[in-house]
Amino acid sequence: MKDLADTSGQPPGAAPNAPPAIELRGISKAFGPVQANKDISLSVAKGAIHGIIGENGAGKSTLMSILYGFYKADRGEILINGQVTQIPDSQAAIAAGIGMVFQHFKLVENFTVLENVVLGAEEGALLRTTMSNARKHLTEIAEEYEMNVDPDAVIEEIGVGQQQRVEILKSLYRNAEILILDEPTGVLTPAEADHLFRILRGLRDEGKTIILITHKLREIMDVTDTVSVMRRGQMTATVKTAETSPEELAELMVGRKVLLRVDKKPAQPGATVLKVEDLRVVDEDKVQRLKGVSLEVRAGEILGIAGVAGNGQSELLNVLGGITRATGSVQINGQEIDLTGKYSDGRSRRERSIAHVPEDRQRAGLIMDFAAWENMVFGYQWDPALNKGWLMDNAGIKAETEGKMERFDVRPPNPQLAAKSFSGGNQQKIVLAREIERNPDLLLVGQPTRGVDIGAIEFIHQQIINLRDAGKAILLVSVELDEIMGLSDRIAVMFDGQIMGERLPGETNEGELGLLMAGVTNGGST
Amino acid sequence: MDVMPKWADVVLVPVVSLLLAMVISALVILGIGEDPWAALKLMVQGSFGSTYGWGYTLFYATNFIFTGLAFAVASHASMFNIGAEGQATLGGLGVALVCLMLPWPHWTLALPAAMVGGALFGAAWAFLPAWLAAKRGSHIVITTIMFNFIGAAVLNYMLVNVMRPAGSMDPASAKFPDGSNLPSLHDILAIVGIPFSKSAPANLAFIIALIACLLVWLLIWRTRFGFELRAYGKSESAAVYAGISPTKIIVIAMLISGGLAGMMAVNNVMGEAERLVLNSVEGAGFIGIAVALMGRNHPLGILISAILFGFLYQGGAELALWMSIPRELIVVIQGLVILFTGALDNMVRMPIEKIFLAIRRSKQAAGE
Repeated sequence: MKDLADTSGQPPGAAPNAPPAIELRGISKAFGPVQANKDISLSVAKGAIHGIIGENGAGKSTLMSILYGFYKADRGEILINGQVTQIPDSQAAIAAGIGMVFQHFKLVENFTVLENVVLGAEEGALLRTTMSNARKHLTEIAEEYEMNVDPDAVIEEIGVGQQQRVEILKSLYRNAEILILDEPTGVLTPAEADHLFRILRGLRDEGKTIILITHKLREIMDVTDTVSVMRRGQMTATVKTAETSPEELAELMVGRKVLLRVDKKPAQPGATVLKVEDLRVVDEDKVQRLKGVSLEVRAGEILGIAGVAGNGQSELLNVLGGITRATGSVQINGQEIDLTGKYSDGRSRRERSIAHVPEDRQRAGLIMDFAAWENMVFGYQWDPALNKGWLMDNAGIKAETEGKMERFDVRPPNPQLAAKSFSGGNQQKIVLAREIERNPDLLLVGQPTRGVDIGAIEFIHQQIINLRDAGKAILLVSVELDEIMGLSDRIAVMFDGQIMGERLPGETNEGELGLLMAGVTNGGST
Repeated sequence: MDVMPKWADVVLVPVVSLLLAMVISALVILGIGEDPWAALKLMVQGSFGSTYGWGYTLFYATNFIFTGLAFAVASHASMFNIGAEGQATLGGLGVALVCLMLPWPHWTLALPAAMVGGALFGAAWAFLPAWLAAKRGSHIVITTIMFNFIGAAVLNYMLVNVMRPAGSMDPASAKFPDGSNLPSLHDILAIVGIPFSKSAPANLAFIIALIACLLVWLLIWRTRFGFELRAYGKSESAAVYAGISPTKIIVIAMLISGGLAGMMAVNNVMGEAERLVLNSVEGAGFIGIAVALMGRNHPLGILISAILFGFLYQGGAELALWMSIPRELIVVIQGLVILFTGALDNMVRMPIEKIFLAIRRSKQAAGE
């Protein structure tokens, strides 16, 4: 086996004598007792696409925040083009030629593209000259790198792919030579992601240096020249992408062999548990979020809903989970449920044996300040079994929590610990333990492995499959196509509040699903 | 992981805040040419040195316990109820109406009725702000402040135009019937043979306040409603996910909060004045905010900080009486304590957290 810990390897295409675009030497950073970065050294050659991959909490974002001047490293130095550079704040980073595209865009929604690009880089008190100069400059950049965006379009009216391009243009407008992209494909369709990668390759060919942070192995393999793996705050390896494999990278990330594919038996669907007909949701801004969704889930099967985030999947889950009001018809085990009235809340759903693992566990699924044992009954506190007369049976709940934490491998197994003290994966296991151990007829699951480390993903997928094999119906929503393909027994694709079609995972491929996710139908079978 | 051990959070931070407030107060007293040490001694002597002093300290503390609990209950639902002043004012009206309604034969009958009256009036005064917050999104701070003013005006109107006995020039109600007079702490302690000052105003309401502390603790940490209330207070989106109705939580939490504030009147109106006068609350509604903040919204903390503020009130009165420290300066000292314990909590907390971090890090470094 080659020396994976060798971090001084020269990426391909780098001139032998040119200093690396970025060099980090012995960077360390601690937050209280947590060592987020431990003695990290990294060298990225000019004109390369360098991937940084690692689980959540491995320290990727901290490292990039240090590079962009958000945090100050406790130790270590940063060299830009061979020069030791101090980066106390983001202005210094921009001056050093570093541009950052955040996972969550930092754009002013009701400004135009041009205004957003100029914002913070105005040339004087009056905007007129700035704007006309900027328009010219922006058009040049956009043409050079083939990134077409209308400078006068308002941000909130253009798609996420376009918005991301605006973020990149913003950096280029500030003469960035080094671009850092943090999880750039999270909100993109496969086609948009491909387009982004074409842009990135173009930028590299023009001599820009690109750092791509992601947890998706496929993207690393697709687009990077070299890749560094981080685990628990340390840089465990830097390798040439061409010389590695997804399996090897996954092992480096987790520290043990990982099953990337889900093992499951064929489904044995029973009676229809969930029947949804013509479901419609109009939000507060009078925008139609669901435009007549119909679907069925049977006992013992997993229906996966694929789609780019924001196409109505959240609303679908929220209606079924009793958070959002809707019109249409929903039946559970043949019985109509209330969609607008007194019995349309989360508690009524739970009483109907619908369990809900929400998409956003930190905002909905858990009370982050509550202890694990309190979270373990959150949503079911009305259940007489958890109460003794007027008071809650805290002792009983705590005892039961210990068992659940053990069965769901929640670490550390301490019921008194606040939810916020657990890692993302363990938080999700708490939610899953709570919902699955109610033994529901229907389980709604949103983004079960978002922000969850690879090691825990395997376990979470297995729990969902176990529930299916126990003859329960599962509605799975995920923006991760791999997850949908791996877990689902049937796949429905949502776009713009509608179901574009249904496919069987064995009879479709990512290309076809990607087209459906982008709203393209070819009148194919359903 | 929490940065500080629990004892530091609960005890060390408030104590350091208090010491800081005392140091600055001492400087102020020095500045006007008086002896701060003598002043402190006088304050302690005056509020804890005799059963008479204790009687006043506990009387004030009783007021602050009720308003502190009122603030805390709303606060756990993330409602910033600063309307305890108005709610206690209206509670006074409720207590007075109950007491004057019947020629009560004995306090054991009058007390439950007066408690219900005070609580109902206080709760009613909190209901409209609560309902507006739940249904219309009106900000509870704004509405409860406005209701304090309206409450004062309502009391004024009632006393001047409705409740003033014919021929009286004083905007106050008639004296309550003797059968509604609560036993004082002197009467209660005499049963077990403990001598206590006869002329101090502390009364049975202090015992009721202690029971209220226990009940509030049970409500918040032991009942489903408390669970839902705290859940809503921590995260509205999670509460909605769990099927907890925000409207229900906001309204009920504010009703309980207003009710507790209203019950304060059992102490000051029924227990002490035995008639309803203008401005009977005397700012206790606002002190309750500081009491709850310093007591970390926990009934036990509220009990302790209420007694501390009772000491400041009673000790301050002694200062004005026996030293040439003007009354206004005592308000300044009380203000400093509120400022440091309530508003400037983070100023003390951050450095203490840093110290604990440094200790932990050096321990880790030694362990490596």
